[in-house]
Amino acid sequence: MKRRILATLFAAAVGTAGLAGAVHAEQPDDGLVNESAAAMKGKKVAFVPIAMGFDLTEAWAAGLKHDAETFGYDLTIRDPNWSVDAGAQAFSQLISEQPDVIVVHPPEIQAYTRLIQQANAQGIPVITMNLKADANGDVFIGANWYDIAVKQTEAIVKACGAGSGKSGKIAVMQGVLTNPTSQYGIQAIEATLKQHPEVQIVSNQAADWDASKAHAIAVTVLKANPDLCGFIGMWDNMDVGIAAAIKEAGKTGQVALVSSGGGNQASACDNVANGNFSTYISYDAKGQARDLMMAVRSILQNKPTEPGAKAEP
Amino acid sequence: MKPSSTAFAFTQERIVIAITLALLVVFSLTLNSFLTAGNILALIQNVSILGILGVAMALAIIGRGIDLSIVATMAVSVAWVLQLSNNGVPIDLAILMGLGLALAIGLVNGFLVAYVEIPAIFATLAMGTVAYGFVRSLLLDDNLIYLKGASDTWFKWIGSGQVLGVPNAVLLFGLVALVAHAMLRVTVPGRFLYAMGDNPVAARSTGVPIRPLILLQYVTAAAIAFIAGVIAATSVDSVETRVARSNLVYDIILVVVIGGVGLSGGKGSIRNVIVGTLMIGVLVNGMTIMNVPYTLQNIIKSLILLAAIVVDSIVNPRDEQTSQQGDI
Repeated sequence: MKRRILATLFAAAVGTAGLAGAVHAEQPDDGLVNESAAAMKGKKVAFVPIAMGFDLTEAWAAGLKHDAETFGYDLTIRDPNWSVDAGAQAFSQLISEQPDVIVVHPPEIQAYTRLIQQANAQGIPVITMNLKADANGDVFIGANWYDIAVKQTEAIVKACGAGSGKSGKIAVMQGVLTNPTSQYGIQAIEATLKQHPEVQIVSNQAADWDASKAHAIAVTVLKANPDLCGFIGMWDNMDVGIAAAIKEAGKTGQVALVSSGGGNQASACDNVANGNFSTYISYDAKGQARDLMMAVRSILQNKPTEPGAKAEP
Repeated sequence: MKPSSTAFAFTQERIVIAITLALLVVFSLTLNSFLTAGNILALIQNVSILGILGVAMALAIIGRGIDLSIVATMAVSVAWVLQLSNNGVPIDLAILMGLGLALAIGLVNGFLVAYVEIPAIFATLAMGTVAYGFVRSLLLDDNLIYLKGASDTWFKWIGSGQVLGVPNAVLLFGLVALVAHAMLRVTVPGRFLYAMGDNPVAARSTGVPIRPLILLQYVTAAAIAFIAGVIAATSVDSVETRVARSNLVYDIILVVVIGGVGLSGGKGSIRNVIVGTLMIGVLVNGMTIMNVPYTLQNIIKSLILLAAIVVDSIVNPRDEQTSQQGDI
């Protein structure tokens, strides 16, 4: 009798202790879960952002970190901190380390093109984030910059175009000129405005994604064009500088500011709520993070036989 | 050899003033909206951060040093202030802590230069990287910090408010320049700074406390950088710490040197900094109004700066004495 009680107690103890740790191990094979977990465990995933420490890259990295813990893959993040050289260096270093997938966030259209091709040639799949490079790699996750700029321009036409009673004078604030946001964005703005000749670009400047530079330019543009109707900004984190200049001029609400970005609370939602941004186009950084997680999972389980092959026409 | 200053010497400062005036006249005649009180104030407002950092740099350079860490000091100390305040620390305490951080960086700079005797260019170059890396990794959560906690307090007013129609940034630039000018001209440490910059060995022989003076020099530069950072942060509601890795520090050295402060130390004044800053301000403002494309703006800016230096070296040819000057 005594032995039986002991044995029962022992079994109960093992049972409860085991519950927490051994769920995965004891999960019955449903023909999916175990196999995919095994395919991802111990694989190497590398991420080269433009820089860490702002909303977009932090959201993507958080997604990858979550998956790395859940599925047991190794995640390496090499932060070049806005330096194109350091980014290219980190990327080529990673190619020699032969990870299972490389995630890159290209700072310019051209900068990483050769490296993406090189990684693909060595059999490493490449995912490009948000900013398109000339080589597409295997997966692209991110905004369609042409489409976003078309939407922004339509919003500014609504505020400043025919029937608005405004001057129709607008200013465009670009970021870094070699960046796809600017390259495709400015084409979209000019093409859309062709159908609305009453709306004119009186200032088209670049502020290097820097709010202080954008502020300085906007202060001057507002003084030089007292009847300016609106701004198109190309990134919320820079456009807060334009918003500050409009506010200083006492023209919040009168001068439209159409911005876009990843939909962060401080840079997007707060600025829409307080009227700094009159229209905001979000490309949803959290959604992109989810897309990235799924793309990485997919590639780790199903490595493309010829990475990058579909990229070439 | 005949002294060059017979009746009117074309010093570098005067050449830059002449170029600035020429630009002013051309822009006033060609651009409708250029010569208005509003635009002139906007013009100064846009270069006031550059100007204030220029004052800090001038103090370092006049004392035969240089401070390549001021942009990093400015960015990380003020970013920390914003973060502390966002996390619930009262804004005045946050400011004190941020200022303390800036002063600590200045103190280390001064210590490395004065006591460890590392050349200023290397000590401050390294210190800028160390300060950025240290603060970014240990104290800051993000690269880009928003002003949220104290966005409707007097703190926000510092960089975004105005007094009698004059933007605060302009007033503070004036105030910093005035105080620095008075310090250099009237106070004992100010006069000693010139003596030390001109000839450190001779200054020490005559009893100038060189090492404490160097400490003071870098601590003051850091404090001024902190002021510039507060103005910048409160004008755009955020601090982007990546400015620490930007070319801003070269722009600062440029306005200081172009205005006529000699890199060899002991020469120049705050007036030179103002002249250099205004020239850049007029140029950039006019080109922005004309909507000159960004890339072309950079080319024009460099060409005009180059022209100023070329004119200076033609009008004031180097001789044996000056040939060693201007080299760091």
